[in-house]
Amino acid sequence: MTQLALIIDLNVCVGCHACVTSCKEWNTSGSAGFMTDENPYGKDPTGTFFNRVQTYEIGEFPATETLHFPKSCLHCEDPPCVPVCPTGASYKRKEDGIVLVDYDKCIGCRYCSWACPYGVREIDETQKVMKKCTLCVDRIYDETLPESERKPACVLACPTNARLFGDVHDSESDVSVTIREEGGYQLMPEWGTKPANHYLPRRKTRMRIHDDELQRADNPLKKEQRGPSAPVDAPTLDDSTSW
Amino acid sequence: MHPAFSVIFLTTLIGAGQGLFLALITGQSYAAVELLPSQDSTAFYGNGAIIVMLFLIGGLVASFFHLGRPERAWRAASQWRTSWLSREVIVLPLLMFLVFLYGVMHYFEWDTVLFTTKEGAKLQLTLVVGIFGAIATFTLFLCTGMIYACLKFLQEWHSPLTVINYTLLGTASGFVLATAFANHSAPELMRFFGIWATIITITAFITRTASLIRNSRIKAKSTMQTALGVRHNKIQQKAMGFMGGSVNTRDFFHHASAIFFKSMKWIFILLVFIVPMIILWSGISKADTSILLAAFGVQYIGLIAERWFFFAQANHPQNLYYQTV
Repeated sequence: MTQLALIIDLNVCVGCHACVTSCKEWNTSGSAGFMTDENPYGKDPTGTFFNRVQTYEIGEFPATETLHFPKSCLHCEDPPCVPVCPTGASYKRKEDGIVLVDYDKCIGCRYCSWACPYGVREIDETQKVMKKCTLCVDRIYDETLPESERKPACVLACPTNARLFGDVHDSESDVSVTIREEGGYQLMPEWGTKPANHYLPRRKTRMRIHDDELQRADNPLKKEQRGPSAPVDAPTLDDSTSW
Repeated sequence: MHPAFSVIFLTTLIGAGQGLFLALITGQSYAAVELLPSQDSTAFYGNGAIIVMLFLIGGLVASFFHLGRPERAWRAASQWRTSWLSREVIVLPLLMFLVFLYGVMHYFEWDTVLFTTKEGAKLQLTLVVGIFGAIATFTLFLCTGMIYACLKFLQEWHSPLTVINYTLLGTASGFVLATAFANHSAPELMRFFGIWATIITITAFITRTASLIRNSRIKAKSTMQTALGVRHNKIQQKAMGFMGGSVNTRDFFHHASAIFFKSMKWIFILLVFIVPMIILWSGISKADTSILLAAFGVQYIGLIAERWFFFAQANHPQNLYYQTV
């Protein structure tokens, strides 16, 4: 079993939207047809995106922290959007676990978007079919590309390397090791959808210095210096003892 | 959720049609065991089936407006193993076929008595078709309700009350319509349907109120903390990733003011349960078809408000990700 997935490191994401634009660029030029953009430069621009980067503020001023949060289809291992599809257009591939939509079968009833708790399925208002992240399925298997480029467009575009791509079912793969060792987690685990995509939490690198570490008890300098001696003019043992 | 008018009209129209069909079958069943006088096959059952058919067709037409690609709608029958929507797509035409058969057999009086019991109860062929139709009707109510009730993270919908309410509200409006229709074509059944319409409406009032109480106490399972995986009590969205709208902001929010949303609840309670019952009984006492039709009309408008509220009240967990531009 293979389950391809993305690992998104919230610790290094800077919210630059490079993954959003590269995703749109790759997928709008693909064989599956363009991704709608209505009024791109007009008053109410709207369109289809597979990937969005959102920004949150955690905490209360002044103790706040900014979180940039990229969100695309999580390719759930138990995807709630698949069984509800009346036409079978929505399906999960057995060979690599990618959840896809067959644009030729989709009737645009939007039921799958209701069934997705993450809101990652967007209907294309021009083609009237449901669209979502494909993990760049038309790219990752393309043997005309050099092997290093057989990755989703968003992964290649990320300037901070916040996006990792790999098989989360292979326990020794880079992504699995990263999830294990860096505390990777899933979104909304309460629904039992088992998202394949994982997020790495924000992690602080802090140096902790305890008070006793500032005052060193066993200072070697103190050990090597001459021990205390009596003043030169003070009486000594010789002065009071007769041999 | 955004209340889509195509779905509101689909569910309310087929609900009324299904209810009227159940009323016809109820009338015929009572007549078969001689609890009610039997009616003219063409004028009452034949014409009644035509009205049922018009409502079902109206609902079917409305449903097509919900589809982005209606020309592919036939594909929707394929996934009946897993999808309640697919099951509805199969059962609705099946019911239409049975109603058609029932109507044609009554209209042209192609009927025969299959057997007669010692007490004189007659089982007619049309009643057998009608009973199969009644089974299809209840199955359709189940499918329609389960489309919403099966979505577990829409907690307002994920309850058996959703199916019960769809069934009872549809049946209630069908029986109110049957009262008006009976006054026109079979006056001696008018009071019978009127009493059933009242009983079903009161039952629906109880179950719908139960679901309102249940929904007002729901504790959302998903929170900002689980949506982002960040353990902090104060998380505020600063940007949703785009400045114009998207499907996520259009399809999942009702975009109505809080006052409009709240008043819709009282409007539907008034228009579905209270006002139609008053009009219905004044119509029954005067035996006036137009008053009885007004009762149905008021209740139907109330049901549109009820369905609007049903959708608007459901809070999709994806809304957590779309709180501010």
